[in-house]
Amino acid sequence: MSAVTVRNERPSREMSGPVMGMVLFVASEAMFFAAFFGGYFTISGSAKVWPPPGIPDLEIGIPTLLTVILVTSSLVVQLSLRSIRRDDRRRAILFLGVTIALGIAFLLLQLYDYSQLGFGVKDGTFGTLFYVMTGIHMAHVFGGVVFLSLVFGQAMGGVLSSTNHDSLAAGAIYWDFVDVVWLLLFTTFYLLAPR
Amino acid sequence: MAVTEAPTTELAPEPERGRLLDWLKTTDHKKIGILYLINSFAFFAVGGVLALLMRTELARPGTQIFAPHAYNQLFTLHGTLMIFLVIFPLLAGFGNYFVPLQIGALDMAFPRINALSFWLLPVGGLTIVSGFLARGGAAAAGWTGYPPLSEQLGTGQDLWIAGLIIVGTASILGGINFIVTILRMRAPGMTMMRMPVFTWSILATSLLVILAAPVLTAGLIMVFADRQIGTVFFDPGRGGVVLLWQHVFWFFGHPEVYMLILGAWGIVTEIVSVFSGKPIFSYRGVILSFLLITALSFSVWAHHMFATGAVELPFFSVTTELISIPTGVLFFIWLGTMWKGKLRFEPPMLFALGFIAMFLIGGINGVWAASPAMDFAIHDTYWVVAHLHYVLFGGTIFGVMAGMYYWFPKMTGRMLSRKLGIWQFWLQLVGFNLTFFPMHMLGLRGMPRRIADYAPDRGWSFLNLMSSIGAFVIAIAMIVFFVNIFLTLRKPRSAPDDPWESNTLEWATSSPPPAHNFDALPPIRSDRPAYDLRMAAKEPQA
Repeated sequence: MSAVTVRNERPSREMSGPVMGMVLFVASEAMFFAAFFGGYFTISGSAKVWPPPGIPDLEIGIPTLLTVILVTSSLVVQLSLRSIRRDDRRRAILFLGVTIALGIAFLLLQLYDYSQLGFGVKDGTFGTLFYVMTGIHMAHVFGGVVFLSLVFGQAMGGVLSSTNHDSLAAGAIYWDFVDVVWLLLFTTFYLLAPR
Repeated sequence: MAVTEAPTTELAPEPERGRLLDWLKTTDHKKIGILYLINSFAFFAVGGVLALLMRTELARPGTQIFAPHAYNQLFTLHGTLMIFLVIFPLLAGFGNYFVPLQIGALDMAFPRINALSFWLLPVGGLTIVSGFLARGGAAAAGWTGYPPLSEQLGTGQDLWIAGLIIVGTASILGGINFIVTILRMRAPGMTMMRMPVFTWSILATSLLVILAAPVLTAGLIMVFADRQIGTVFFDPGRGGVVLLWQHVFWFFGHPEVYMLILGAWGIVTEIVSVFSGKPIFSYRGVILSFLLITALSFSVWAHHMFATGAVELPFFSVTTELISIPTGVLFFIWLGTMWKGKLRFEPPMLFALGFIAMFLIGGINGVWAASPAMDFAIHDTYWVVAHLHYVLFGGTIFGVMAGMYYWFPKMTGRMLSRKLGIWQFWLQLVGFNLTFFPMHMLGLRGMPRRIADYAPDRGWSFLNLMSSIGAFVIAIAMIVFFVNIFLTLRKPRSAPDDPWESNTLEWATSSPPPAHNFDALPPIRSDRPAYDLRMAAKEPQA
């Protein structure tokens, strides 16, 4: 009876290590945002009137556009992933570039939106929750843009292929997660907060 | 039959002494595991000195050495360091060293992230401790950091927040690394239900870490924003909710308690089995208990908040007491494993038995505290201090010491002195009970926790003096421990590969293991591959 040699990797049909790591990271991030949403509903639930008086109405125009941008970018990053799985490197790079551009557009447009609002982070509970929660989300979008840009660099360098694209797959999971969080924020601040 | 020979007793050649640089840039899970242990014991010494200073102040009524604000810094830093930089990283250090060995892997799934997780720890820890240099001193709002106090104190509190965010990030990265390693890197034959119970305990701990630690990070960011950018999360005067912090903190904080003990349960279960010469009474029972406790631990946080009057008492009381069922199952499994076994009272077994006895006290007084009527009487008294130390010191630290004596030969190739180990055990057991048992009585007599001074006519003086004497006995026990390690490391490597006749895979490689962990993996056909290997060696050659 001979010794079994050490084998490090399991068969490839299973989820790869980096992708599984990203799924777990996203689970952790989900709990991070859940704590803020818990804070939102604790504070709004204990207020007599919500949103509190003195806060100007939130315009829904730009945020709707932000939503369209981010949802589109989520679809585009999936197209990029599909392309690389078919070894279509040119399209993968193209779609990834579009995703990053949409992400940057989101960041710039949201900064512009901040500048148009008539209240600040120090303006009571609504200012607190609005700016901290959307601001932390914005930091995550920024992180996603940086991550996807690094993947873009890999793709340009010819590293990615149908058998080697864990970084793009992981980046796409993260990007979709950031999109879902935005949908929850949009629903909470623009659709549910009644006037 | 090359791999089924009896464990070799010849001396492994002494490798070249690793240069410092090798340790600084290593990604080997074994070296990182040892770095975790060194770092944790260093902070253990700091936290221990802080505790001795507190006990010195409390030995007699009156303010002798520390004014109240200085005393507040002592207990805040003591609690924070012991929980975040000692107990958790000690278990994570064992996990780093032994999980890959126990499942037959080459290393962790992400070796460089593993190194990052470790190096963030001393950075975060020193950030917290550096508060002593700040104007107004270190953090002083207790390890729980309740607002409004935590929003009013000086720069030390900001450093505390920053340090904890760093440590929390490190533990999340570590948790992800453990889960991916355990799910994906097991050797052929190592099915989930053959994994050692210690590996299971680290898997459960990691699940708790990745789901609970980010909640603390969120809460810390809220406090930081309130302090620095003028938000009002916890300011009731402007619409905030001060109890929000307690909900967020304890939603993290109660799973945290299980992060601090699950690993010790894993160690003790394994050791009880090895030193009783019997398989674990119910392997599946242990796994099921771990998983039930992991799930239940997310539903009990508000039992820390009974006295606020703002939580659903019956619900949180019942969920808390439910946890005593799987925990009780563990006790019966430990007893069943020892029942009619051939017990060997080596130092690892002594510490494991100490663990079982002390954790039984800590567990039972936990069940009492889960009853709201009892809790109202003892809330924020020394009774709570007694309870948490019976769990974390009587429990986890005894478990960690059992692990140190058990695994030290595997990590270094040298056996710790049995004689000094027995001395340490009895000193530690006596010192521990002398320190913390009187705190139960102090609590029932109404002594509040976190006070620097007390009146001489309250009937607290004698018990406090006993407690302070006990603290110094614990200190002597720890000196014996460090002396034992120091003396042992100067001796030649003489430990056999499997000195204890153990069950799990880490004992089927050399002591210490080579950089690649296994020259050849034995076949894995049960949850006790090392035992199978010994039995096969005894059979006549076919």
